Amino acid sequence: MNLNSVHMENDLLKPGHFGCPGCGAALAMKYTLDVLGENTIVVMPAGCWSTLIGIYPYSCLSVPVISVAFETTAATAAGIKAGLEAQGKSETTVLAWAGDGGTFDIGFQALSGAAERNDDILYICYDNEAYMNTGIQRSSATPSGCWTTTSPVSALKPQKKKNIMGIMAAHGVPYAASASISDPQDLKAKVKKAMSIKGTRFIHLLASCPTGWRHAPELTIEVARQAIKSRIFPLYEIEDGEKWLLNAMPEKESIESYLNAQGRFKNMTPDMMAAFQENVDADWNKLVNKCQGALNAR
Amino acid sequence: MKKVMMGTEAAALAAKLARVQVVSAYPITPQTVTVEELAEIIGRGDLEAKYINVESEHSAMASCIGAAATGARAFTATSSQGLALMHEVLHYASGARMPIVMVNANRALTPPWNLYCDHTDSLSQRDTGWIQYYCADVQDVMDSVIIGYRVAESVLLPVMINLDAFYLTHTSELLEIPDQKEVDDFLPPYHPSEKLDVDDPRTFGNVCGSDLYSSFKFNRHKTMLNVVDRWNEAAAEFELKFGRRHEVIEKKHTEDADILIIGIGTASGAISLSVDQLRHEGIAAGSLRLSMIRPFPVRFLQEAVGGKSKIIVVDRDVSFGAEGIIAQEVKAALFGASSDVEVHGFVSGIGGNDITADSIVQLVRQTISGSGMAVQAGNSLWTEVLP
Repeated sequence: MNLNSVHMENDLLKPGHFGCPGCGAALAMKYTLDVLGENTIVVMPAGCWSTLIGIYPYSCLSVPVISVAFETTAATAAGIKAGLEAQGKSETTVLAWAGDGGTFDIGFQALSGAAERNDDILYICYDNEAYMNTGIQRSSATPSGCWTTTSPVSALKPQKKKNIMGIMAAHGVPYAASASISDPQDLKAKVKKAMSIKGTRFIHLLASCPTGWRHAPELTIEVARQAIKSRIFPLYEIEDGEKWLLNAMPEKESIESYLNAQGRFKNMTPDMMAAFQENVDADWNKLVNKCQGALNAR
Repeated sequence: MKKVMMGTEAAALAAKLARVQVVSAYPITPQTVTVEELAEIIGRGDLEAKYINVESEHSAMASCIGAAATGARAFTATSSQGLALMHEVLHYASGARMPIVMVNANRALTPPWNLYCDHTDSLSQRDTGWIQYYCADVQDVMDSVIIGYRVAESVLLPVMINLDAFYLTHTSELLEIPDQKEVDDFLPPYHPSEKLDVDDPRTFGNVCGSDLYSSFKFNRHKTMLNVVDRWNEAAAEFELKFGRRHEVIEKKHTEDADILIIGIGTASGAISLSVDQLRHEGIAAGSLRLSMIRPFPVRFLQEAVGGKSKIIVVDRDVSFGAEGIIAQEVKAALFGASSDVEVHGFVSGIGGNDITADSIVQLVRQTISGSGMAVQAGNSLWTEVLP
């Protein structure tokens, strides 16, 4: 895929979003819409993106968008799909676009319902690993040892990040994939593949956040890339909940460069770091076993 | 065509006659028969519609909002706890101007668990911006769902059709089934000018500043106030076509009455019977059924109350620490308009206790004599309270 072929004037994300400098979630939307095109309706709950889009009467997106209640993304998307189908408009992609709080936490029940029914929606979670729009509060997507305003230095988050991909796989959805803003080609290929499949498709998209992760805005891509290289955020796909495919087999890099690049991890003790590394290694081994060594690199 | 059916079945059949395009369903007693019936109707192909088995009432309303946003006619039914769970999205549906029609079976809220009739569930949603209609009988359920869509789509506001748990949901009555062609004529397909449409991309529900926010709310409030007249206009057209009247209030012997008894839902039947009994005893009683609670038919109430000395309000609900909710509404509507009238509020029939003509007569006697079985608590008198 030639990235240079995408010109600004054809972008469905127009200049003038309300995000912070270096916002990973803005890139996430741009890359996604590059593939989905105009025949797309976006459903977004409360979250960074309901601010990024702009203040009425302005919008930086030139596809139809509905901003919905926090926990209703998947259910509203299911209703939109049903409404469109009832009117014979079954070709339109309904993109449910929620952050980690809106997906892992408050929106999870509705997502589970839609996945169980296999509603024909594309659900993308842009994961910045905390409630960033409300000012950096921990979610169940926040990694262990991480600082947020509700897991302060005196009480850094003890729990691991919730395994959302495993949970979606257990629902048996036809397609689930992890992706990162640091690898747009991989992301776009996954969105494209998702478009060719009917039913509930889920993409877990890592979108680094300079404001909440406490790194310089110009490091957004680099930090997200380090998450892949250190095997903290592996890129893989799951088909029908059964066929696991690994998309990248990075040479093992220590987690330190990733953690040290971000202020949110600077209060971790050496013990916490060691435990973090152990978790990463264990999760990686489990993943590789599920993928039976199959590498489906792009 | 005439048929015997329960209120829950009538609600489902009315949704079919209204040719709803999306049904979102979650079971809760005593509404469940409605969504079961619709599953059957859609399953066997008698209605071309999408049926979504959602995982909660919150998602039922959310998916109705999504469907309505695309320009589809959406329907759901709920009750009690389910309605309470929907609270957040009820505000959303009216704020987004989605003309959804929802049937609510009025059932008591827990704890303790109780499946029987009580109006606190829907009356505690009265500030969510939904048009609220309370049915008196099964025919009223059938007809008001159809009128409901007509009004909802003309003003772009959602409508809640309320029917009393078991008294209507599970009571079979003989009713007239409207002819499909005539319903189609009364209720044309829904084609909103603004919707989620890839050929005309628009953004709905963005963040908005304080200045515009208050204007949006003001417009909604003004539209809502006009719904009293819009409903009566639609009801008049419905009456022309189908010969049945379903207005925002229903009166009996009000003109020469000295005492006016006000109620909502099926209690209005008992109240109406009590008026006959009281008149027989020489008491100049009249009755008024408020079928619409939101918007509140202030002008109609004021006109009906003029010249009366006493009003009795029967509330199957309560606002704890205040009084019956309808009593408060009536007092607020009459404030400054009828200063001489006494308003006596009774909290009666909650949690499924029967309201009968006899029980209403007792309330009237207590109002006249100043003593009786009902126990005073603040501004309300409670019946069926253990000593």
